[in-house]
Amino acid sequence: MRSTLPGPPADVGGAGRPAEAAEAAEAAELSEPAELSEPAEAAGQPAAGRRRGGRAVFVATAIMVVALLAGISIGPAAMPLSAVVGSLAAHLPWHPAVAVPSIDSAIIWQLRLPRVVLGALVGSMLAGGGAAYQGVFRNPLADPYLLGVAAGAGLGATAVIISGANPALLPAAAFGGAAGAVALTYSLGAGAGRAGEDAGPPRAAGTASILLAGVAVAALLTAAQTYLQQSHAQTLQSIYSWILGGLSGATWNQVWLILPYVLVSAVTLLAHRRLLDVLRVGETEAGTLGVNVARLRLVVVIAATLGAAAAVSVSGLIGFVGIIVPHAVRLMAGPSYRVVLPVSMIGGAAFLVLADVAARTVQADTEVPIGVITAAVGAPFFLFVLRSRRPRADTS
Amino acid sequence: MISVHGLRVRFGATVALDDVSISVPAGGWTALIGPNGAGKTTLLRSVAGMIRPAGDIRLADRPAGGLSHRQRARLIAYVPQHPQLPPEMTGLDYVLLGRTPHLGYFAVESDADRRICLDLLDRLELADMAGRRLATMSGGEVQRLVLARALAQEAPIVLLDEPTSALDLGRRVDALELIDELRRERSLTVLSAIHDLTLAGQFADRLVLLRRGRVAADGPPAQVLRDDLLSEAFGAGVGVIRTAVGELAVISHRLRPGGPGLPA
Repeated sequence: MRSTLPGPPADVGGAGRPAEAAEAAEAAELSEPAELSEPAEAAGQPAAGRRRGGRAVFVATAIMVVALLAGISIGPAAMPLSAVVGSLAAHLPWHPAVAVPSIDSAIIWQLRLPRVVLGALVGSMLAGGGAAYQGVFRNPLADPYLLGVAAGAGLGATAVIISGANPALLPAAAFGGAAGAVALTYSLGAGAGRAGEDAGPPRAAGTASILLAGVAVAALLTAAQTYLQQSHAQTLQSIYSWILGGLSGATWNQVWLILPYVLVSAVTLLAHRRLLDVLRVGETEAGTLGVNVARLRLVVVIAATLGAAAAVSVSGLIGFVGIIVPHAVRLMAGPSYRVVLPVSMIGGAAFLVLADVAARTVQADTEVPIGVITAAVGAPFFLFVLRSRRPRADTS
Repeated sequence: MISVHGLRVRFGATVALDDVSISVPAGGWTALIGPNGAGKTTLLRSVAGMIRPAGDIRLADRPAGGLSHRQRARLIAYVPQHPQLPPEMTGLDYVLLGRTPHLGYFAVESDADRRICLDLLDRLELADMAGRRLATMSGGEVQRLVLARALAQEAPIVLLDEPTSALDLGRRVDALELIDELRRERSLTVLSAIHDLTLAGQFADRLVLLRRGRVAADGPPAQVLRDDLLSEAFGAGVGVIRTAVGELAVISHRLRPGGPGLPA
């Protein structure tokens, strides 16, 4: 019964597949967009998915570099690109001798660069966390705020603001509120999925109850936050501006503060990219393939939550990034988490840096809330991608 | 190879399995037969570790309860009746999922894993499917692909839940012949639920008839495919006839006598 290949081995899955011509014609409407479909290669060689993944990472990285340079260069005082590059190069060992005015260098190093780097870290955590949540809950509407991160962080921040405590405590309170809310959600939801079954599927019933617990916890904490906010009307302005989110006042200290969480979160999520692909066949089948689904879900949720909580603690509640970036990546580079996770992180960084550039330049005298920009720019971009590609809501 | 003793499974007030004991010898093909709701799928899922019933299950002389997910997936490959098929996944990537129990927690597939899966695709006449997306495949291709994924686990036991329910009669026989060939080639122990009693009798060397969660009969096909046993289990007129070449064929009688096609 051993089959023979229709052509030389190098042709497997390639263009010349006469036996498949009829099926190919039939499936033409369903086939990949032309510029994305590549032939799988012969035995032992990397398949199309890997090459496409490598190219997507490369393209996203190039876009991010452009975004970072634009973010440093554009602002109330325009820095010429030569000054930006020269000033950055001056911090390299064996750097070329470039004369950059010290005032420019100060603007670049003390104002622009920390803001751009912080924006990149925040964007990568929101988008990477969104992709991971969508994978682990197999739900296209999941974002990093799903299990109560936003509500918990909002409550923590509000408590600090109305109490008049040292504003330096605000990031810690937001982080603690976010992480605490997810811990509460998870312990309530996972427990509910387990109770009262004689011989139900082992621990797999958890997903729906965790999501529902997240809705309830978020509603409860938001109610508490709203109550506190309304009963201290004099602080309304500062609470509201924190909730809208933004990167103004970014410092290197904030960068160093969240960097450890960002690194742990990013490395952990990336390490699970293959297991998230296994999960695309469903929790039950993934279990028969040797995956401890409950543990996978817990580890991914912890990692994504650490990253999202760190991001929220320094930037407030920037919406939209966690949903739109992973889906745009899926539409352009396919649904494999080996591609979606890294490219979402890189793309999320680029997207948020560019959104921040817009936030501080569209109005001459004041900054537009960055959440307004992410939605106003992101939504049309996403709709454009959605319409120009075959819709593929394959978050499975 | 598989030994089940005193298995009990309840879903709420419903008793799905009641004191079921079977033993599946190594290298054989044992088929679970019985009417809808008799407990065939529940028994398979219990052996596969998808539900945790009361009672003893031993796999290759090891208590199943003490196995980790990975250890179990190296012993048992499970082919579900309705597999979830990510439409954008390619054939090769899908079969590579079967390598999961052999990979470290953070590892990705090596070239050796890819070689194993490409050889399986070749063996199952799916070489052209390596780069194709699942959404573009036919029912028969998908069915063999799911089988390839299970074989990629390189587990000595293969559980099949109604492996041929989505196929027409010709493809059904093809698929069962393929499973039988693979079983002999690789010395696999096969435990399957099969709805079609005639096919079950032709391919399995042992049948277990389940009825209302209990074992009603257990033995070689000639002992289990009997008019009285089947009629009682299925609650309908069932007849077993022997064909000219000596194979057993199971047919149903009409409730109202006198209709066309009734055997004399």
